[in-house]
Amino acid sequence: MAETQVHAAHHAPSQGFIRKYVFSVDHKIIGIQYLTLSMVSAFIGMALSWAMRIHLAYPDFRIPILGWLSPNGAPNGLMTPEYYLSLMTMHGTIMAFFVLTAAPFAGFGNFVLPIQVGAADMAFPRLNMSSFWVTFVGFLLAAATFFIPDGPPLSGWTAYAPLSAVGSVAGPGQGLGQTLWVLSIAMFCVASLMGALNFIVTTLDMRTKGLTLSRLPLSTWAWFIDAWVSLLAFAVLLPCGLLLALDRLGGTSFFIPGGLVFNDQLQPHSGGSPLLFQHLFWFFGHPEVYIIILPAFGIVSHIFPTFIRKPLVGGWKVITFAEIAVGTLSFVVWGHHMFVSGMSPFMAMVFSVPTLFITIPSVIAVLVWVFSLYGANIRFDTPMLYSLGFVSLFITGGIGGFFLAQPSTDSYLHATSFVVGHFHFTMGLSAIFATFAGFYYWYPKIFGRTMNEKLGKLHFWLSFVGVYCVFITLHLTGFAGSVRRYSAFVDDFMIPLMPAQRFMTISALLLGAAQFIFLFNAIWSRFKGPKSSDNPWGATTLEWATTSPPPFDNFGGRQLTVYHGPMEYDDEASVMQTSPEASIAGT
Amino acid sequence: MAGKVFAVVVVLVTLVTAYCVVTHVWWMPVDISVHGPKIDHQIEETILVAGLLFIAGQIVLASFVFRYGGATGKPKQIPGGAKPLVIFAFVLVGTEVLALSFIGSKAWGAVYFEAPDPSSLRIDVQAGQFAYYFRYSGPDGKFGPLHPELINEGNQNYFGLDPDHDPDAKDDIVTAEIGIPVNKPILLTLHSKDVGHSFYVRELRVQQDFVPGLSIPVHFTAIQTGRYEIVCTQLCGLGHYNMKAYLSVLSQSDFDDWLKKQAAMQ
Amino acid sequence: MKTHQRIGATVFALLLIVAGLLRSTPGVRATAMGQVTGTVKLDGPAPHQKPIDMSKDPSCAQTRGGAPASGENVVVGTDGGLANVVVYISQGLNGDIPVASKPVTFEQKGCQYVPHVVAVNPGQHMTILNDDKTMHNIHPDPKPGGGNNAFNKSQLGGGPSLDVTWTAEEIAIPVKCNVHPWMHAFIVVVKGPNGVSGGNGSFKLENVPPGTYTLTAWHETYGTQSQKVTVAEGKPVTADFTFKAK
Repeated sequence: MAETQVHAAHHAPSQGFIRKYVFSVDHKIIGIQYLTLSMVSAFIGMALSWAMRIHLAYPDFRIPILGWLSPNGAPNGLMTPEYYLSLMTMHGTIMAFFVLTAAPFAGFGNFVLPIQVGAADMAFPRLNMSSFWVTFVGFLLAAATFFIPDGPPLSGWTAYAPLSAVGSVAGPGQGLGQTLWVLSIAMFCVASLMGALNFIVTTLDMRTKGLTLSRLPLSTWAWFIDAWVSLLAFAVLLPCGLLLALDRLGGTSFFIPGGLVFNDQLQPHSGGSPLLFQHLFWFFGHPEVYIIILPAFGIVSHIFPTFIRKPLVGGWKVITFAEIAVGTLSFVVWGHHMFVSGMSPFMAMVFSVPTLFITIPSVIAVLVWVFSLYGANIRFDTPMLYSLGFVSLFITGGIGGFFLAQPSTDSYLHATSFVVGHFHFTMGLSAIFATFAGFYYWYPKIFGRTMNEKLGKLHFWLSFVGVYCVFITLHLTGFAGSVRRYSAFVDDFMIPLMPAQRFMTISALLLGAAQFIFLFNAIWSRFKGPKSSDNPWGATTLEWATTSPPPFDNFGGRQLTVYHGPMEYDDEASVMQTSPEASIAGT
Repeated sequence: MAGKVFAVVVVLVTLVTAYCVVTHVWWMPVDISVHGPKIDHQIEETILVAGLLFIAGQIVLASFVFRYGGATGKPKQIPGGAKPLVIFAFVLVGTEVLALSFIGSKAWGAVYFEAPDPSSLRIDVQAGQFAYYFRYSGPDGKFGPLHPELINEGNQNYFGLDPDHDPDAKDDIVTAEIGIPVNKPILLTLHSKDVGHSFYVRELRVQQDFVPGLSIPVHFTAIQTGRYEIVCTQLCGLGHYNMKAYLSVLSQSDFDDWLKKQAAMQ
Repeated sequence: MKTHQRIGATVFALLLIVAGLLRSTPGVRATAMGQVTGTVKLDGPAPHQKPIDMSKDPSCAQTRGGAPASGENVVVGTDGGLANVVVYISQGLNGDIPVASKPVTFEQKGCQYVPHVVAVNPGQHMTILNDDKTMHNIHPDPKPGGGNNAFNKSQLGGGPSLDVTWTAEEIAIPVKCNVHPWMHAFIVVVKGPNGVSGGNGSFKLENVPPGTYTLTAWHETYGTQSQKVTVAEGKPVTADFTFKAK
């Protein structure tokens, strides 16, 4: 193993607190900033989901803090329907963009990727800094909507036009709130494009000696593929958002047809197409769910070999090609969100087939993880528990996909809570579980201290069971025809489902409460956790070949040479990528 | 230990889920349309196919974790390596997927690829924040033209009709509830006056969005009388959850009476 | 504390209270106010008012207890009295026109607005109540740029009341509930005394200072009519209006 000589102080530029920790160009600080932002966002998003769940199951329950936050939206703590939808919109927006896109990709990718390729930093450190701060401005714009009189927009995270395009005549929150929302998303797009560019160039150009693509750690592979998907997808959402902003502010009619009447007033628009918005949005929106899940694939594939003490079955190739296939196919399936949208029913078949076929690479990935466990020596440290949890959740989530990929079955289940359960499993909680896995795994590297294992495991068990209780029930009520995005149940049909609603609410509250164990563990361990060694898990990739935490330029000025792939494990034995020793696992 | 607990939890979760689905703890309501059984059949088929994958996946995961948790000694790979897995995925999942696509396309085609019966009763449906209104052509069989600028809900001119100037609009019958005769093909034309809405009748197995600016046809035949809920499933604003109407499937004579009564109320 | 200090403090406090009381009584004695009463009638047959089908929301019908609802564009009493006409002083009021201090109530009852037409002073408080089990949204649509702000707010069944004020005169602001699209009403924002005709067509303007005014009557379907009226101190004056059916 390469011995570590630290000359960090020598290489680190002497800078003040602001340049070092705030407007830092150091990819590690930026990674931590992203992770912190998404952790704050995740707790905000979770609080919103609590408020929604309580309102759904116990409509008369008053939540005083909401009344304080928005006397308009929740007079006396009792939510109005528009405020429910505002919270729902912001839950989706915050979770999809500022948590699920930000944490596993921008957060861990920023911290880990340059180290894993043996670079001193990202290819464009200043661009990297800009992408975080642009994201942050986007976050502030989104957060600001809570503090304006009409509150956040109520059009959902999908912001379908014309509801999102015609302004406040369409409802409270659709005025300034929706405008801020569009600007926030546009900011996020710009930031993601900058980030994606950086990831691609860094992976291609900054790899250290001997680190061929076939020796790339699987997490870096996933971030690299993800960056391409990101680049292509956000490049469509950005103009889509700008056109929407023009419809709202510039009097154009890209997404607004003629002859619309709101509140008996004829609107001064004509010629636009609401379906065009849906196409543009989902052209981004479907790859987006893979933008979220691909880093999760990578993190789990990276963590697995360390804790099963052997390479993944099929080596780097099978899993990586599966990821590439998923990433590529993700661009031709967007229409499955629009089966009942009024698009040509023939197009439904066109989109249904690739949607079903995308299950093949997904199944291959799952088979790789599951069958890698065969003959393994599984160690159940918290990162591994979370990785296993991820596999289980991803299987369950994927199963729901079969129902939604077919137009005939989707025409019954579309817009029911089945869909909500499905995407929470596949992209929501799966990605969160992988993020937790990554968090427990890289925490010692990031902070030089180890998180508490007992609390970590407790956190895992409560989360794992909680997730199933909430989201399987959503699937089941979906079969019964329970419609999503309802702020209250007044239908004769939905009222018999109230016991299920209460069960989900109680489970969600417990699931959420369990996250405070994590929060406590993360903060407490930062200051009081036992000091970690440089390579606490006995892993092989380059981030473990430097100190914990790594110095400013990652390797103290050393130029590393890589001799092996990332999965050199054989029971207790392992060979570092930088070690010239002979291969033991034949990777 | 952790591995065994994990395996047990996964198996329990799988069994409970499977039990809930198989015993229909919460399930689809009665099917009242001609095309509905095809969709139900497709759902059952998918439950079978996907359910087997679900159970198999979770059980295999659980058993490997159970068996190899905390094992020591030289680890080994599965015999044959990844190749059988990849082939398995392609062949088994590929076949399932193709089968589902093929059979599923028939169920979808039954609703969408077949032309509506020419004898269908045509009904115009307009959605707006946050209500549906329905229009029957009246004795002349012709729908009067729409003038969005004339829409005045306070005066109950929900469609923007101008009976004073359009003879076709004179006998149009506008209703807040949709009545249809049983066993008669129905052709709806959906249009929205403001934002996206949806027409979802669970019992009919029909869900179709309204898109502002488009007129979207939907056809079906109901085979069981009764009163069913129509609910909106496309987020349309603050009253979304309360956007409803009722569908009354009536015998032909009841329907005729009902329509007469509605005509008298115009 | 010594006794004389205590006495001093008490006297001072009493002085403060007396001063406060003096300030709060009006300095000028109000002149005796006059009153305008009258009846609005419709000449000719009232147009047919369509019955309203509320089946979309079963709770509406429940709250109404089976009482049928019909449109309220023209509501005529038994002897031809025209209801929902706002009568106000369109000319002749000068200086500081007092704002009515009592809030007007505007209710949502049985999925209709009660009253269907409401008159209010700029700055006067308006209390919006929802007596129904179902949710309503209140969506007034004032003319853009006229000084009044549009809003769109929901109110849960039995939810807390809303308090609203209008800043500028406007005839008339349409109000709708989008959840129950048949629900509509008008808010007439006018300065000074005003009255809305009831079911028999009678109206009353109170606290009219003596003087000569143009009295205007507004109806949502039949438009406006005006007449001159002179109000003497403490004496009720009568003024009748007749709208011609179209």
